[in-house]
Amino acid sequence: MNGPHDMGGMQTFGPIRPEKDEPVFHARWEGRIMAIFAALGTWQKWNLDVSRQTRELLPPAQYVSLNYHQLRYAQVVELIAQNGLATRAEIERGRPAKGTTKAVPPLTADKVPSYWTAGSPKSRTVAVEPKFRAGQRVRTRNMNPTTHTRLPRYARGRVGIIEQDHGVFVLPDTNAQRLGENPQHVYSVRFLARELWGEQANPKDTVIISMWDDYLELA
Amino acid sequence: MDVTRRDFLTTAATAASGAAVPAPASPADADHDHQALPSDLTLRVKSLESLLVEKGLVSRPALDALVDIYEHKIGPRNGARVVAKAWSDPEYKRRLLTNSDQAIAELGFVGQQGEHMVVVENTPAVHNMVVCTLCSCYPWPTLGLPPLWYKSAPYRSRAVIDPRGVLREFGVDIPEDVEVRVWDSTAEIRFLVLPERPAGTEGLSEDALAALVTRNSMIGTGKPLAPGLGTKP
Repeated sequence: MNGPHDMGGMQTFGPIRPEKDEPVFHARWEGRIMAIFAALGTWQKWNLDVSRQTRELLPPAQYVSLNYHQLRYAQVVELIAQNGLATRAEIERGRPAKGTTKAVPPLTADKVPSYWTAGSPKSRTVAVEPKFRAGQRVRTRNMNPTTHTRLPRYARGRVGIIEQDHGVFVLPDTNAQRLGENPQHVYSVRFLARELWGEQANPKDTVIISMWDDYLELA
Repeated sequence: MDVTRRDFLTTAATAASGAAVPAPASPADADHDHQALPSDLTLRVKSLESLLVEKGLVSRPALDALVDIYEHKIGPRNGARVVAKAWSDPEYKRRLLTNSDQAIAELGFVGQQGEHMVVVENTPAVHNMVVCTLCSCYPWPTLGLPPLWYKSAPYRSRAVIDPRGVLREFGVDIPEDVEVRVWDSTAEIRFLVLPERPAGTEGLSEDALAALVTRNSMIGTGKPLAPGLGTKP
């Protein structure tokens, strides 16, 4: 969807403010909410793309004004409530409703090392023919779905060159709607900065964007 | 104030006034800003954690173990090892650029958000820079969790439309005839920049080289440090 998360090309957010000697977390809660988010994911009540879509559907004013960890908290609350892990009333009170039976968490401390090293690969081993090959000219589709997509607005309807085929991956667009993984090839597609931004861009500069088969057509 | 009675949007509005203040430029300002963060997120996350533990949805020791990974096991010193090895060992560099996953796994830096790695090499003709305009994608095992500026709106928005302006804000001036190549991490592939080896580092050990590799040089918003007088061969 065309939401506030799709920020590429906006110009009014002000200067970048790197913080000197930034700690990993500024406060304890930031680390706890990151860990809670990861641990709840192992219930597999949602996938990566459902999770991203949930964050992208937060009210726009909230999305742009919260920092990364504040946004994570808001996202986790929505994921818990929308997927039935706890009710909003329980979250508000911080205590389980009366008569709730206690579950057994899938991720325990002894499983954390293997959870970590295994990662959560989004590549798939199914045999899917690539629609494009390196060197081909492609145009990105001009599409504006009201659901999650990873085709940024600034790169729709633009001509680029297939640089590299990275293999087969889950398609976020269908996965976010729980309509299946729809695995297909992902490519690095090279765009001239001028194709994206016009004459103001340096003629030498390029932007390389990862694109799924469904985002592309031959140009 | 009875924070437990406020709904999240009120919290968000309060947080917003804090978040809208430009992030700190100096440690002194940093202290000030962090005090301005809404303290009720401390309470709310604590309350959420105890709810989830009580419901058996998360295990507290598992959360501790995850936080330990975020704080102690991952970070740019890992990426610096990869870069230093590539600078020292041409055969490793070849593997790193052709099969990044495997070459990085050789050093043990695998895990969440590092499943699909592509290493891109800076050359005299090309300067690479990495962003995630849609969220905050970043190679965790090699670089750790991203700094706040990387996942903040100013960087995410302008890195693609004005990369040279962004680089100048980081003190990096790229000559007009050098291509600036921006990688927008829209899929699950994570990018690591292999910066150019600084001049005057001939004969330095991998350890000494790794000490010159900064986090920003592996994002592409910086250059490696120049070798100090004391470390020159």
